[in-house]
Amino acid sequence: MPTDKLHQLTIHEAHMLLKQRRISSLDLTKSVLKRIVEIEEKVQACVTIAEDVALKEAEKADSYIKTAHEITPLAGIPTLIKDVICTKGIRTTCSSKMLENFIPPYDATVMEKLKAQRAIIIGKTNMDEFAMGSSTEHSAFFPTHNPWDLRRVPGGSSGGSAAAVAADETIYALGSDTGGSIRQPAGFCSVVGLKPTYGRVSRFGLVAFASSLDQIGPITKDVTDCALVMNAIAGHDSRDSTSVPHPVPDYTQQLIPDIKGLRIGVPQEYLLEDMQDEVKAAFEAAVDKLHELGAEIDWGVSLPHTKYALAAYYILAPSEASANLARYDGVKYGFSERDASNVIETTERTRQFGFGAEVKRRIMLGTYALSAGYYDAYYLKAQKVRALIKQEFDQAFEKYSALVTPTSPTVPFKLGEKLEDPMQMYLNDVCTLPVNIAGIPAISVPAGFADNLPIGMQIIGKPFSEETLLRIAFAYEQATDWHNRKPPLL
Amino acid sequence: MKLSYEQVKHIAWLARLGLSEEDVEKFSLQLSNILENFEILKHVNTDNVAPLAHIIPLQNVFREDNVADSYSQAEILSNAPKQAEKCFKVQAILE
Repeated sequence: MPTDKLHQLTIHEAHMLLKQRRISSLDLTKSVLKRIVEIEEKVQACVTIAEDVALKEAEKADSYIKTAHEITPLAGIPTLIKDVICTKGIRTTCSSKMLENFIPPYDATVMEKLKAQRAIIIGKTNMDEFAMGSSTEHSAFFPTHNPWDLRRVPGGSSGGSAAAVAADETIYALGSDTGGSIRQPAGFCSVVGLKPTYGRVSRFGLVAFASSLDQIGPITKDVTDCALVMNAIAGHDSRDSTSVPHPVPDYTQQLIPDIKGLRIGVPQEYLLEDMQDEVKAAFEAAVDKLHELGAEIDWGVSLPHTKYALAAYYILAPSEASANLARYDGVKYGFSERDASNVIETTERTRQFGFGAEVKRRIMLGTYALSAGYYDAYYLKAQKVRALIKQEFDQAFEKYSALVTPTSPTVPFKLGEKLEDPMQMYLNDVCTLPVNIAGIPAISVPAGFADNLPIGMQIIGKPFSEETLLRIAFAYEQATDWHNRKPPLL
Repeated sequence: MKLSYEQVKHIAWLARLGLSEEDVEKFSLQLSNILENFEILKHVNTDNVAPLAHIIPLQNVFREDNVADSYSQAEILSNAPKQAEKCFKVQAILE
């Protein structure tokens, strides 16, 4: 393996070479850092590069690998982390002016777990401010560009993580998903992204956006890597009271290219009228492939409450956000504007200059939906609709092992195209957000291209069915070669 | 549902969110447009449906009250915008 191409490796490939001592973690880490220097100007996926720490940790990993009998699957392998996950001693900004200089005094649980495996943290990735957005254009610092077409968005909010994985600026990355923020950018960048079941991965140290919807998950170059990262990050955590004490399986066990006899449903409501023809065609071809592989396909599934999910989501998520973001008052940490004459004005000005437009919009929406006189009509109503949406999924999963949909209704759109029309931006999440409302897991896998622009397929399952999702995704991946394609211009 | 200039000002006050005049105008339009899209929820029959706040079947999660190390004062104050005498420094809140 030429050392200048090491950044292109997957986790499992790198692991094998490290284990055989044909490469070192230092070689691998240097290759990835060099790649970042070469192309970051074009892609702009990273907010912080922790080069010194990464090189030091790589050396340590090498001496561990030299002496260890068995090495952990992520040992010595570089990763980028979405900048919404707290990293001890490394700036964690949420791509917001509010946290531009915030250095967490502790690690998120997922970071402790990665470090226990001796993973190499190389930096933090760009995102929509506080994870609110679908294009990464709402970053307070700069927009990230899609490696497949630099004039287009990488999706969001984990756009930096997805773009970096697609462009080989890292071996894998972590993202977070509140309404599609892992899956939509994974689809837009032709990489694999999994949103685990709510409660499967600890949220301790994940900066809160909407606490009943947020989950951390992997963004990887293939399905095998996705399973390996899930093995590392899943599990109960006493510091997150919503984390579920359910045994964690070995997610690689179900990576078998066989889906014979599995019943897979296609919910009609996700094939929207205004969906792009190319997306629909690629999706239908992907479902045909699943059929060819032996799955029983039911094209006639109906989930009639799907059409209410978007409205319910954009009441629930901003409501929770308005409460969660009340903590940013400029006292204990973060941006602080102190020129005003009294404490209320100080708080108002801190929040006026510390938050960007989309964050303000959602705080306003949420505050309104929770305010006296409107609570029943908006928040309570949305919670009831949430119950109906969940019920509908529960019923569907009595009959089907999984449901499949396109990940997004369109291919990646152009930078600036939807920035001034929030409602158009929100509509981009229409296929992904019902999954968060129901708290169930879903994975996006590369499922084709239209004019070299990626298209993703979403596979949705019942709670804690990640193994089944990975199995379907793996079988599909092995039968196609979309995941082997690399962005042409880089 | 149309949000007036005054309503936007009032919500911003509730959220302790300073807004420029330009923001108030813009949000009045944008939020009205978004709320209009929420009207669709009126068509859902939710009689006898219990609201769902949370999807996991857990209630009252308890743990042992064990003593453990916490963070040092220096660590916690390290991100403070202003501090004095090892405390967070705030503006006077009483007249």
